[in-house]
Amino acid sequence: MNNQFKLDGITVPFSAGETIMDAALAAGIYIPHLCHNPEFKPHGSCRLCTVNANGRTVAACTTPASEGMEVENATHELTTQRRLLLKLLFVEGNHVCPACEKSGACQLQAVAYHCGMLAPEFVHFYPKRAVDASHPEMIIDFNRCILCELCVRASRDSDNKNVFSISGRGIQAHLAINSTSGKLADSSFTSSDKAARVCPVGAILPKHKGYNIPIGQRLYDQAPISQVGDVAKHQELADE
Amino acid sequence: MVHDELQQSKLSMPDSENGAPFSVLQQLIGLQQEYHYVPRHEIDRLAVSSGVSESHIIGLIEFYGFLHTTPRGEYDILFSDNITEQMQGSHLLADLLSKGLGVAIGTTREDRRVSLDYTSCIGMGDQGPAALINGQTITRLTTNRIGQIIQLIEASTPLSQWPKTLFEVESRAERRDIVLNSEYQPAAAIEACLKKGPAAIFSQLEQAGLRGCGGAGFSTAAKWRFCASAAAEERFVVCNADEGEPGTFKDRFLLQSHAERLIEGMTLCAAAIGARTGFIYLRGEYRYLLDSLQRVLDQRRKERLLGNAILAHDDFNFDITIHLGAGAYICGEESALIESLEGKRGIPRPRPPFPVTEGYSGFPTVVNNVETFCNAALIIQQGPEWYRQVGTTASPGTKLLSISGDCDRPGIYEFPFGTAIAEILSQCGAHQTMAVQVGGAAGRLIPETEFNRTIAFEDISTGGSFMIFNQNRELLRVIENFTQFFRHESCGFCTPCRVGSSLLVKQLNKVMVGHATTKDLEEMSILGSLMQKTSHCGLGQTAANPILDGLGKFPKLFQSRLRATSFEPAFDLDASLEEARLLTGRDDPEAHLEGGGV
Amino acid sequence: MSSPIKVATASLAGCFGCHMSILDIDERLIDLVGHIQFDRSPLTDIKKVGPCDLGLIEGGVCNAENVEVLKAFRRQCKILVAVGACAINGGVPAMRNQYSLADCLEEAYLHGAGIDNPQIPNDPELPLLLNQVHPIHEVVWIDYFLPGCPPSADTIFTFLDELLSGRPIQFAYQQIHYD
Repeated sequence: MNNQFKLDGITVPFSAGETIMDAALAAGIYIPHLCHNPEFKPHGSCRLCTVNANGRTVAACTTPASEGMEVENATHELTTQRRLLLKLLFVEGNHVCPACEKSGACQLQAVAYHCGMLAPEFVHFYPKRAVDASHPEMIIDFNRCILCELCVRASRDSDNKNVFSISGRGIQAHLAINSTSGKLADSSFTSSDKAARVCPVGAILPKHKGYNIPIGQRLYDQAPISQVGDVAKHQELADE
Repeated sequence: MVHDELQQSKLSMPDSENGAPFSVLQQLIGLQQEYHYVPRHEIDRLAVSSGVSESHIIGLIEFYGFLHTTPRGEYDILFSDNITEQMQGSHLLADLLSKGLGVAIGTTREDRRVSLDYTSCIGMGDQGPAALINGQTITRLTTNRIGQIIQLIEASTPLSQWPKTLFEVESRAERRDIVLNSEYQPAAAIEACLKKGPAAIFSQLEQAGLRGCGGAGFSTAAKWRFCASAAAEERFVVCNADEGEPGTFKDRFLLQSHAERLIEGMTLCAAAIGARTGFIYLRGEYRYLLDSLQRVLDQRRKERLLGNAILAHDDFNFDITIHLGAGAYICGEESALIESLEGKRGIPRPRPPFPVTEGYSGFPTVVNNVETFCNAALIIQQGPEWYRQVGTTASPGTKLLSISGDCDRPGIYEFPFGTAIAEILSQCGAHQTMAVQVGGAAGRLIPETEFNRTIAFEDISTGGSFMIFNQNRELLRVIENFTQFFRHESCGFCTPCRVGSSLLVKQLNKVMVGHATTKDLEEMSILGSLMQKTSHCGLGQTAANPILDGLGKFPKLFQSRLRATSFEPAFDLDASLEEARLLTGRDDPEAHLEGGGV
Repeated sequence: MSSPIKVATASLAGCFGCHMSILDIDERLIDLVGHIQFDRSPLTDIKKVGPCDLGLIEGGVCNAENVEVLKAFRRQCKILVAVGACAINGGVPAMRNQYSLADCLEEAYLHGAGIDNPQIPNDPELPLLLNQVHPIHEVVWIDYFLPGCPPSADTIFTFLDELLSGRPIQFAYQQIHYD
């Protein structure tokens, strides 16, 4: 009886200190998420993993699992909320899927497919953001950044480099690069960094590899994210 | 991770060297004062001396409203932009100053003499319109005072030589009850704790039923007990004096007139939980209080009520450092406040863990509001029964209210919990009141039909803001002001608040200019409800309150402005051709788009 | 399937790729043709849209003419559908929103390489450009969205087939993609 809770009626075991997300991932149950990657400290910013735990809405990635907890995940209400959150992310940036090399292996797309989003529908912000192509191996397209801070965490906690940080406030919040010029080329970033392989969208991409895998044959083209999981995991495998 | 945090904490002690990462924000505030911006060479120098990255430092500057990477004027003027000040004509005065000095609002004059802009409420709602000049508060602005300021600036008169009357901040209470009527006896509470022990203190606070006065109403006894019982080598006491909720200024009054009570309360807490270090996080808007607070701290150190061996108890050492905020409302959220104390951007932490177990530098930390500490000190001095003699069962004692807006006597009022809104309105001389905003922008809009409701945790809870609007006011302007406030103050961490607060402003603007339809109202409701349910912290969860309350309680305000069409474009069709008309020189009929929606 | 429904289609700031995708329905078009009558469409060359059951709009809104056409479609069509990435979020044409209209026109007609007789076209016959490209839902109410660049023929067929048969519109996983 010890250390289990109910997730949409299914009994899920957990060990002390695990979050709802940890336990769900271990049990093979998909809770939509963008800013979460089990390799890094939970963040809780994208809010896609919002679930109902004992009647309270909480982020599954930062909320500890507790004995006997009743968690709702794949309900109509929560899926509707997630669809709205996804729409907010789409209109906030410039997500031109047909012109993006990450398309088909992009987690933002995949989660949106999972949640049944057909169109962003809100008013589009069309922010004016630059592309940083200064680095010989990698490119950063800020238009696609969803502020998940996975690159920030990977560079800080895994690469011990602190190449990335978040600057600004509110709707002006943006990814910043730690170098005197503010350009990626002048930072200590390399394509072998962990931070180069964790971006869930097409904001941080390798150069010279365009369309290696044809559209239509990419990670999420045939199977949903609930079956194949996060793109970062696959990138990791492909690189090895 | 934990190990790193422990190491950092050593650097962060008050007597540590200036190079510590935790001190970066405080150093930036100093640089901003010195240069009127933070020059690049100082950023580089600070990066080297503190060991944090340049981008981290720029990240701080871009986060905090009072820090800048580009030069501001020698006289940097910020008009408080709360709705009650707008009602007093603050925008006209700002325009007058703008014209008189030849500087557009939101810009710096070419000769860098002066900058002019708006800022969020600066806590002077009872003596507005008010502004900050280089961080110093100027109250009761009039056309005369604007003329005077123009002359002083054009004559380059140093701020220190400006007439003192301009900077006068009145500090008195319009209504006193048991707390303000009690004499404070220095050291009584601390002595009680040293004599009877922490358990007795917790139990007295529990008997008194003291709850957090910032608005959330968490049991103070429980908070202190949790913190005291968390296993740790260090504990911290933090006073949240980041009174940023629009329309609130009661902590300003306490800090100005009753700082001894606050320090007593913090020292009591330190004695009870076993802390050696305390912080007062003073909002940057209250910089004018910095010197007087330092004097109170110094005085108490002299009197052995602060510092080493307090009251001759060799094992009781506790001191307090004042940290300044720098123009970020979110830092009133306790975990964001702790981040800010640690020299970071004020992003609320995930909870749990709560600060009582992992707070400042990862150590158990009590964060309480100014009023809570003051009341705690008085309760231990007077006994719990004294506090319970007024108020309700669930909300014992009294609440300080900051009353502003349409009434004869705005100011500080102490009322027992359980007092009805109607009674408060009558005591402050409010007439023909249409609505009251209780609890600030994040609070609730209360219509006349609900004036029998009471101020209490079980009814309408509030941190103390009480803004009154009479029947001549346009409530949509109020709602717009609060909605813009939240867009400006959203920290940008979580999706619903960051994007939702911007979309709400866009949608509400569509209503204001008369281009909205029922579909737009539905969209605002959907967005508001999403923000309430999914936001990371209280800011995002309450940012839609003004709109949701407006839609729920004053639907006609919105409906009267709607178009009869079922849908209207998101933008002005004809205006969006203006740029092309200019570029081509065309003005023929085909160069225009008539009408809006279908 | 019962009496034929009237369908109009238009491409605004698009590339006609979505229309090509409609043609890609191939032999199944023959099944559809019995149930569909085309009104204004590049397929018929009818210039003005009349009362229709269904309007399919490809492309975003980039100029004054797009606005007029879109509004006419909204007035005449019972159901109006945004077809493809450009109609839905502006798509590739909206990438010009990164620049001001002046920058775009000056680059194209004044400062670009190999320009003879530089001038910004101002003939009244030409529709004026909006300062930004917009998705169509920002101008009129849209009843349904079919994403894709273009949506596959299979997606469009499924949509039409289910709409005609009155079934709830549902797609297989592979039928919905944004690229």
